[in-house]
Amino acid sequence: MPQVTLTVNGQTHTQEVEGRTLLVELLREKLRLTGTHVGCDTSQCGACVVDINGESVKSCTTLAVMANGANVTTIEGLAAADGTLHAMQEAFREYHALQCGFCTPGMVMSAIDLVNKHPNGITEQQIREGLEGNLCRCTGYHNIVRAIAAAADVMHGKRTEIARAAE
Amino acid sequence: MNVVAPFEGIGASLRRKEDFRFLRGRGAYTDDFNRQGQLHAWILRSPHAHARLTSVDTAAAAKMPGVVAVFTGADMAKDNIGGLPCGWQIHNKDGSPMAEPAHPVLAADKVRHVGDPIAVAIAATREQARDAAEAIAVSYDVLPAVANTLDAVKPGAPAVHDGVGGNLCYDWHIGDKAVLDAAFAQAAKIVSLDMVNNRLIPNAMEPRAALGEFDPTTGDYTLHTTSQNPHVIRLLMGANVLHIPESKLRVVAPDVGGGFGSKIYHYAEEAIVTWSAGKLGRPVKWTADRSESFMSDAHGRDHVSNAQLALDANGKILGLKVHTYANMGAYLSTFAPCVPTYLYATLLAGTYTTPVIYCEVKAVFTNTVPVDAYRGAGRPEATFLLERLMDVAAQETGIDRVELRRRNFIQPDQFPYQTPVALQYDSGNYQATLDQALVTADWAGFESRRAEAAKRGKLRGIGISTYLEACGIAPSAVVGSLGARAGLYEVGTIRVHPTGSVTVLTGAHSHGQGHETTFAQLVADKLGVPTAQVDIVHGDTAKVPFGMGTYGSRSLAVGGSAMMKAMDKIIAKGKRIAAHLMEASVDDIEFDRGTFRVAGTDKTKALVDISVAAYVPHNYPIDEIEPGLEETAFYDPKNFTYPGGCHIAEVEICPETGKVSMVNFTAVDDVGRVINPMIVEGQVQGGIAQGIGQALLETCVYDADGQLLSGSMMDYTMPRADDLAPVSVATHTTLCTHNPLGVKGCGEVGAIGSPPAVINAVVDALRDYGVRSLDMPATPAKMWQIINGGRRMAAE
Amino acid sequence: MYDFAYHKPGSVADAVKLLADPDAKAISGGHTLLPALKHRLNKPSALVDLSGIAELRGIKRVGNAIVIGALTRHVEVANSAEVAAAIPALAYMASLIGDVQVRNRGTLGGSVANNDPAADYPAAVLGLGATVHTSSRKIAADDFFQGMFTTAMEAGEILTAVEFPIVDKAGYAKMRNPASRYVMAGVFVSKSGGAVRVAVNGAGPCVFRQAAMEAALAANWSPDAVAGIKQSAADLNSDIHGSAEYRAHLVGVMAKRAVAAAG
Repeated sequence: MPQVTLTVNGQTHTQEVEGRTLLVELLREKLRLTGTHVGCDTSQCGACVVDINGESVKSCTTLAVMANGANVTTIEGLAAADGTLHAMQEAFREYHALQCGFCTPGMVMSAIDLVNKHPNGITEQQIREGLEGNLCRCTGYHNIVRAIAAAADVMHGKRTEIARAAE
Repeated sequence: MNVVAPFEGIGASLRRKEDFRFLRGRGAYTDDFNRQGQLHAWILRSPHAHARLTSVDTAAAAKMPGVVAVFTGADMAKDNIGGLPCGWQIHNKDGSPMAEPAHPVLAADKVRHVGDPIAVAIAATREQARDAAEAIAVSYDVLPAVANTLDAVKPGAPAVHDGVGGNLCYDWHIGDKAVLDAAFAQAAKIVSLDMVNNRLIPNAMEPRAALGEFDPTTGDYTLHTTSQNPHVIRLLMGANVLHIPESKLRVVAPDVGGGFGSKIYHYAEEAIVTWSAGKLGRPVKWTADRSESFMSDAHGRDHVSNAQLALDANGKILGLKVHTYANMGAYLSTFAPCVPTYLYATLLAGTYTTPVIYCEVKAVFTNTVPVDAYRGAGRPEATFLLERLMDVAAQETGIDRVELRRRNFIQPDQFPYQTPVALQYDSGNYQATLDQALVTADWAGFESRRAEAAKRGKLRGIGISTYLEACGIAPSAVVGSLGARAGLYEVGTIRVHPTGSVTVLTGAHSHGQGHETTFAQLVADKLGVPTAQVDIVHGDTAKVPFGMGTYGSRSLAVGGSAMMKAMDKIIAKGKRIAAHLMEASVDDIEFDRGTFRVAGTDKTKALVDISVAAYVPHNYPIDEIEPGLEETAFYDPKNFTYPGGCHIAEVEICPETGKVSMVNFTAVDDVGRVINPMIVEGQVQGGIAQGIGQALLETCVYDADGQLLSGSMMDYTMPRADDLAPVSVATHTTLCTHNPLGVKGCGEVGAIGSPPAVINAVVDALRDYGVRSLDMPATPAKMWQIINGGRRMAAE
Repeated sequence: MYDFAYHKPGSVADAVKLLADPDAKAISGGHTLLPALKHRLNKPSALVDLSGIAELRGIKRVGNAIVIGALTRHVEVANSAEVAAAIPALAYMASLIGDVQVRNRGTLGGSVANNDPAADYPAAVLGLGATVHTSSRKIAADDFFQGMFTTAMEAGEILTAVEFPIVDKAGYAKMRNPASRYVMAGVFVSKSGGAVRVAVNGAGPCVFRQAAMEAALAANWSPDAVAGIKQSAADLNSDIHGSAEYRAHLVGVMAKRAVAAAG
């Protein structure tokens, strides 16, 4: 069986896999990182999105063997060691951008890539279009879009706090 | 001493407690559980809509690598496994019960829809199980199939079930036809409209999954499943299917990734993994592929109706007559029969003073996936029918569509209001929600926006719906008389621990609704315990005494009320203990947010003083009061609750491509008292997205042979972020009069009120094209056909 | 998925040897192949992962053309300053493929070699009159796309690069399928001197050139020139999302928009 060595959330793992093993299966079943989810089988829902070498990727459409040597970050690897949430995680909580939580890991991973790819700021329309590869059935996206806009401001240094004005 | 920061109680937009685990990838969904020695199941499903099974040969499959067992319907029959039960019995017009054909867990002799389970292969890995399932040799005698509702009732249509004549499950009615006919005879105007309520596929983002376990030393079974109501699954599966006593069966619904109704029902796979785990003595897990979800999760809606509205010369409604065919699919899913009857026809008065209503409903079997409740369940179908009819009536009477609604509204002083279709509304103010929505949406300024859009070459339209729904189901005695085979109360236990923290056990189940936060706020508000010290336990039959689960926007109205009732008992007991500790009369003890006080004095005891005394009863009236501070309440509501409101949609259509874009959406809803405004807004926003999805994007399509053409997300249009626009959501509150919280429910209003608002807007945008009837969804191709046809008409 | 052997050759020559097995398949980004494999629509004996072949990567200007290596991902083409300067419509087209994650993995070679009728790249290749380079030869776009999921490439032949001529003007417009977001009807137009090309994707079983529109645009390069030209619905796709007539209509709309975008 092929062998895969990859770094996930800073830890290096070597695993034997079948050729057909998907990256998401390696993460969920071998490494027990069950935060990354599978919501469809047509590469559309984005619940499985992880970061590979700085880019968001659908781990359900990537063979584990093809991630050999890669540096992978999953939702479990976002928060700081002391538990401090990433600005995007904090924004999702602050703006109620999640309900059942199933799409959330992929949504957050995609959102971070999206904001990183727009270093000069991002518009609402760009956020909506940038989420084409992520489906959410609970929120209607309204609060997800708001959360990403707020996190973008913090990630770009335009404001220091995620907290929204008192309502 | 517990001091409650005021922002944690009722009315605070408290950020959610559950988010910390979800945001860090630490949610625990059914597929996240893995057990020592666990096997994986793959279900072989029928590729045919209708066929007789002439043989099912598992010999080759059983020898495949990693395979531990292959089971068929015949194996289940040997173990006397029962069929999947239906939880609601409807009676025909003549009083006879509905047709209720058997619903085998694994097909016995016939398959009746694409996706009907035939056999299960169980192996060391999921892919090995799938390899084996493919190796099962099945001989089919393919039969003619019928997928379309109206085709199924035609003479000579293929019979889905032997012995069910005309594929008719039931022929039911409500209302007095003679009185209605008399009203129609007086009418100045009768408006008639044919409507289809499109079939939907729920698509909660988490595919269904089930993990069965059996402990041979104790004989205990455990099922982890993606369910909205684990106690109901235990009851139905234990009693009807597997014949396991409830004491030996634990059902856990852990974190569940959305339900929208589709995870209420007891499904075959739950029984398959539980039974298989028992047979094999090893845990067995099944997780659906999304493609499987499309052909095995219960679908929603699927009505074909004719509605006729009789009006007098002033536009006052005299009567409403409705005839509906409802597609049940191939089998009766758990709650299916009640959806097009008691959750539909009883809502046909809406917000209007319609004096007489008659509705007949024919429920029909077809060779399609079973149809059951989907977000709103029956109420969106009623609302769409009524609110479309109101717009057509306005058009044809020449009365402004807002004015026509106003003229027929139930007035604020008419509550409690008895409708002609059984329901008695307790409260509401439809004028107020309408007025507020008209202002927010700038209804008055619309024509200038239409003109501006026209300059850009776009067709702009605005649409309104003034809807009502009934939820918080419901009084057990009432639903029992209507055919429910279960009670519909809810259960809450409040456990005050010795040092003052609180555990709440609730029979409601959270799969996105934020119960862990909202329910903690109730405790903070009433008992004065900070939410950080309140834990909500749900979804486990081994922990929670009992429960009917979450659907029909019932969790807060029924489940929350049970908690309130249990907290009342805690306070009553606490007062007795406090009276003892402070040497006062119990009648003199007051309680407010965590503090017991002797009235008119500064003598107080905190809740924690009482809980310590209750668990360490050294100085305690042990002969009069039992130790401990834990109370359970069963709350059975006195009535449904009746949220209502006004939704206004604004759309633009590109005449070149036919694409409809949402440009504005305004909702003003009366959901009763709001506990957490942030969560309520989120619920309404999500419901609206599903309503817009139904109106513009989503539809389930079968071909004439019963093949599912919209069988994946490649062909079933799920709403994406760029399909939707920002929505304005507000509330206008009248309190529910009969539950302790005054709450009504907010989970479904978005999906109920929005579809007719959107379609009314689309029809308004197309006003120059002579559109009277428009079935959902308003896809680009459909819009282009109308626009193109309209142009042709104009040219000729 | 059915299981398969996995190979990762380091050179085109080694890849060609491995692909001599008729049941072996090449994979690069995997965003076309893996969804099909997951549905068990295909049972390859082996997957030959081309991603380790450095010579297949990169974007370079060669004379009056942009040559893009087969392994170049959509995101790289979309963000390439070189492509944006030379053929902005090509970069724009790449920026519209699938979604962000598809563009982060999907490659030019995979898309062109697969020739999905609803894919974007074939329209650009045909609409620009590009030349497809393979492990053994160069194939003109007009000869390359032969039918639904069918190209002129033979078993064992590997697509190595596509050479896009730099044209005077080019533009692309498409209508997405509401569900899959693949192309329902798209049009890629280009003008180079007096030569005009109009390629239509999504609408038919294979990308094709629209001769009447090409003639009209050669005479008068303006959106109005194509407005009056009717695309025949015969041979176009028809499905639950739209009839052939609707797609024929969209071809006209997208052609107009593509010309307008080209300027």
